[in-house]
Amino acid sequence: MSEQRPDGITPSQTVGPYFKYGLTPNGEYAWNDAFTNNLITPDVSGERIRVEGTVFDGDGVPVPDCMLEIWQADAQGRFSDPQDARALPNSSFKGFGRVGTDAKGGYSFDTIKPGQVPDPDGKPQAPHILLAVYARGMLLHLYTRIYFDDEAANATDPVLALVPSDRRATLIAKRKASAAYVLDIHLQGDNETVFFDV
Amino acid sequence: MTLLYPLQSLAAHPPRLSPAYRSTVKRAPQKPLIPIRQTLSELTGPVYGHETVRENDNDLTIQHKGEPLGERIIVHGHVLDEDGRGVPNALVELWQANACGRYVHVVDQHPAPLDPNFTGAGRAQTDASGYYRFITIKPGAYPWGNHHNAWRPAHIHFSVFGHSFISRLVTQMYFPADPLFPFDPIFNSVTDEKARARMISSFDLENTQPEWALCYRFNIVLRGRNATPMENKS
Repeated sequence: MSEQRPDGITPSQTVGPYFKYGLTPNGEYAWNDAFTNNLITPDVSGERIRVEGTVFDGDGVPVPDCMLEIWQADAQGRFSDPQDARALPNSSFKGFGRVGTDAKGGYSFDTIKPGQVPDPDGKPQAPHILLAVYARGMLLHLYTRIYFDDEAANATDPVLALVPSDRRATLIAKRKASAAYVLDIHLQGDNETVFFDV
Repeated sequence: MTLLYPLQSLAAHPPRLSPAYRSTVKRAPQKPLIPIRQTLSELTGPVYGHETVRENDNDLTIQHKGEPLGERIIVHGHVLDEDGRGVPNALVELWQANACGRYVHVVDQHPAPLDPNFTGAGRAQTDASGYYRFITIKPGAYPWGNHHNAWRPAHIHFSVFGHSFISRLVTQMYFPADPLFPFDPIFNSVTDEKARARMISSFDLENTQPEWALCYRFNIVLRGRNATPMENKS
């Protein structure tokens, strides 16, 4: 049987308000948890960090039914994907995490600080984590990036350079004590997070 | 395999601001998205296998002591790329309401009963040809308060991982000829009729199991096409 060439991709629909028992159970429902917000595996090397914050809507109201997914390289800038020919297969660090926001719109990820990943020209990008945002009221998820305020490489990052300077701060997590970074996500409004068209 | 992810393909998606679906009004960005080049970060994605999907995770009818109430169905199909090639080893997650249109989720207060033998969450991995298969119960329609007398058509939520983080798709599968289609702002947020039709499964008589289950086929097309351009045909 040969499949007919499709006439386009399957359209996106909202994740809705009820994804929690299927996608992000974390012990709240009796189901086999596939993903969590803790990416740290025993064999992973690198600086252990936490990234945390709150998701807000256009009225500045916390979004308690948001799902966040992150995707990142390891401490040496390699992805756990066979398509990354540089990756070494001897780490169980997956680089993917998922979490649902809590009743106050809060989220957190425990992970490691990613290394630098080359851009298409081979130039190093500043350390960053990809973030995808899903929620009721969002018909198509949004992509953004998490950068770190203690990285000098931000000054030469090719993606940050495309962002108007007065909006860059929305992408840069601020370090506080104990290896934790804070970055709030604003879906809409004056402090609207920069989202990317990719 | 190297794939391209053309931005034009995204035209199939609904606009983020679709005011008839009221929750979009405060949750859609107002500033334009910033186009960037796809880097290794965007072009790679998580790979999950049998350590994630347990043997019976694709059968939602055997997760509890007894059998759930409702119409037993098989939902199957292929996960494909834009060239129609199967996406192997893709993780497919689904969740849904029970036959009465009630979700297990604590926020769902629709006055229809929960089914003690049905949770409504499942997971499968596509095989080498991109094929996946679930056994479940046909979900019921449910009211949702978006506007007067608003009812969602029967649907199953799907979450799919493809080759990269930007081929990621969360969508909803609908059932053919649902009379609620014309009245549902989420379904109709997809403005192109052909694209909307790609969210509707087809009744699959050939693969029903007599005396046991009806069957619906739902192919899922993810972003991504062959990076090698086809040669010009003279």
